[in-house]
Amino acid sequence: MTGDSRAALHVRGLSHAFVRDEVLSGIDFRVRAGEVVALVGPSGCGKTTLLHLAAGLLKVQDGQVDNHFASTAFMFQQPRLLPWKTALDNIALGLKAAGIRRAERHFRARELALRLGLAHRDLGKFSHQLSGGMQSRVALARALVLAPELLLLDEPFSALDVGLKEELYRLLLAHQAERHLGVLMITHDLMEAVRLSDLILVMAPAPGRIVCRFELDRAAASRDDGWVYRHTAELLQTPAVRASFCLPPVVAVAPSPPGAGRTHAQVDKGLRLIVPPVPPVALAGGKRCG
Amino acid sequence: MTLLRAWLAGLPAYLWSGWGAIASLFLLLAAWEAVSLAYGPLVMPAPRAAFATLWGLLDSGAAWPELTATARRALTGYALSVVAGSVLGLLAGLSMTASMMSRPLVTVLMGTPPIAWLVLAMLWFGAGDGTPVFTVIVASFPVIFIGALQGTRTLDNHLRGMAEAFRLPRRMMLTDVYLPHVVSYLFPAWIAALGTAWKVVVMAELLATQDGVGAALAVSRSHLDTAATMAWIVAVVGLLLAVEYLVLEPVKREVERWREQGT
Repeated sequence: MTGDSRAALHVRGLSHAFVRDEVLSGIDFRVRAGEVVALVGPSGCGKTTLLHLAAGLLKVQDGQVDNHFASTAFMFQQPRLLPWKTALDNIALGLKAAGIRRAERHFRARELALRLGLAHRDLGKFSHQLSGGMQSRVALARALVLAPELLLLDEPFSALDVGLKEELYRLLLAHQAERHLGVLMITHDLMEAVRLSDLILVMAPAPGRIVCRFELDRAAASRDDGWVYRHTAELLQTPAVRASFCLPPVVAVAPSPPGAGRTHAQVDKGLRLIVPPVPPVALAGGKRCG
Repeated sequence: MTLLRAWLAGLPAYLWSGWGAIASLFLLLAAWEAVSLAYGPLVMPAPRAAFATLWGLLDSGAAWPELTATARRALTGYALSVVAGSVLGLLAGLSMTASMMSRPLVTVLMGTPPIAWLVLAMLWFGAGDGTPVFTVIVASFPVIFIGALQGTRTLDNHLRGMAEAFRLPRRMMLTDVYLPHVVSYLFPAWIAALGTAWKVVVMAELLATQDGVGAALAVSRSHLDTAATMAWIVAVVGLLLAVEYLVLEPVKREVERWREQGT
């Protein structure tokens, strides 16, 4: 199943407010089939709200969200498994909601679960009998078994150890490449964003907005650790990113030409800054930095 | 149907696991015997005398009408409380306003002594079945209502959000998300309410009716017949134990299998 080349998620001029608190303002971006887009930003910058709007779980107040993908699945920060269902029934939950017969949905759930590294004997267990890593695999399987064209990820790997993270990244990327999946993920882990995505959107809080975008031109599967570390460091040197996370400006240790901070990202070929950051002055008065 | 089959299949193992419970009941019997030896049969008849009296009552057929009358009243009141308490508690739990408004009312219901309700019920319903049934309802309804209310209110928001994201239809929302969670709160409440119903019905009968175990207790009290008194107590408690441990508890174990297998 290769995605339609026109299939895309378009978000245009999206703003959102909870009562009088403006949480999102003027958000524009696009996710195409086969593309992994990461939204990074500090906690409380409206990332989750944005993802919920994209998923249609919240009503759009202002702007447009056009989802042209045939199907969408969601994976949460916590596994959120139903404790009274076995792992297999948890994986098959979305299929059951879609009205697929029991034998058929169990067959599909089992097949995918085994590919994601779950063992036969794990499938009959209840969620509290599974380790954290196993629970995350079940949650990933529950989303992927729906064969979605667009996958929305809400920091799903943030509570896992490095080894498990790497393993799940690998499984996710393999599945993504095979099915030409569009992925929109939110994370506050820059390394995760650099590891997985083709496009990084950096958000700043109060109100949540996109302050700069980075394109990564090497295929995710061929990025090695060194590449990821180097480019995460690059990203962290960018003034807009530092301002967004309320980090103090970079103190130049070695003598460098004036304006080095901004050109850093442009020097390296792997990471291309495509929108110049807005003046970080506006952020100084932001609520989070106060 | 599957529940019934599971209940039947699990019964032998379950009964076998009951040796501990039986041992503790025998300890209680031993203590009873000790008290009767120390204070004499007028204060506390020996267990054997009480059981012999009970056997006599059952054998002559005198006990059955009283026991069925009591069971009928207790179970009628209990069944009405289970239905009304579960449904209303669930509905109240779904709305913040309803749950806030109902809490103090339920506290008032819980705090009013059943004996006070009994006095009112005697004035309203007279000496028929109405009085004990009403008193049972008033005493056991709030217990179940609170259980259902707590169950609905404590459903994890995360699970609800997940269910919405996976587009669960309304019916699945109820059967796969709400009910399994609420039932784990409801079952303990149902069991507690059953005990309450059983106690309250005997009290109501003692004061308000001409038949039933309570009325028989009133008669044995006036004859200073402690052996018969103990015999009736044994009969009532035995019935309660049978209903709770043969019906409710195995069902609860089956329904809550996911919770009990701790790692």
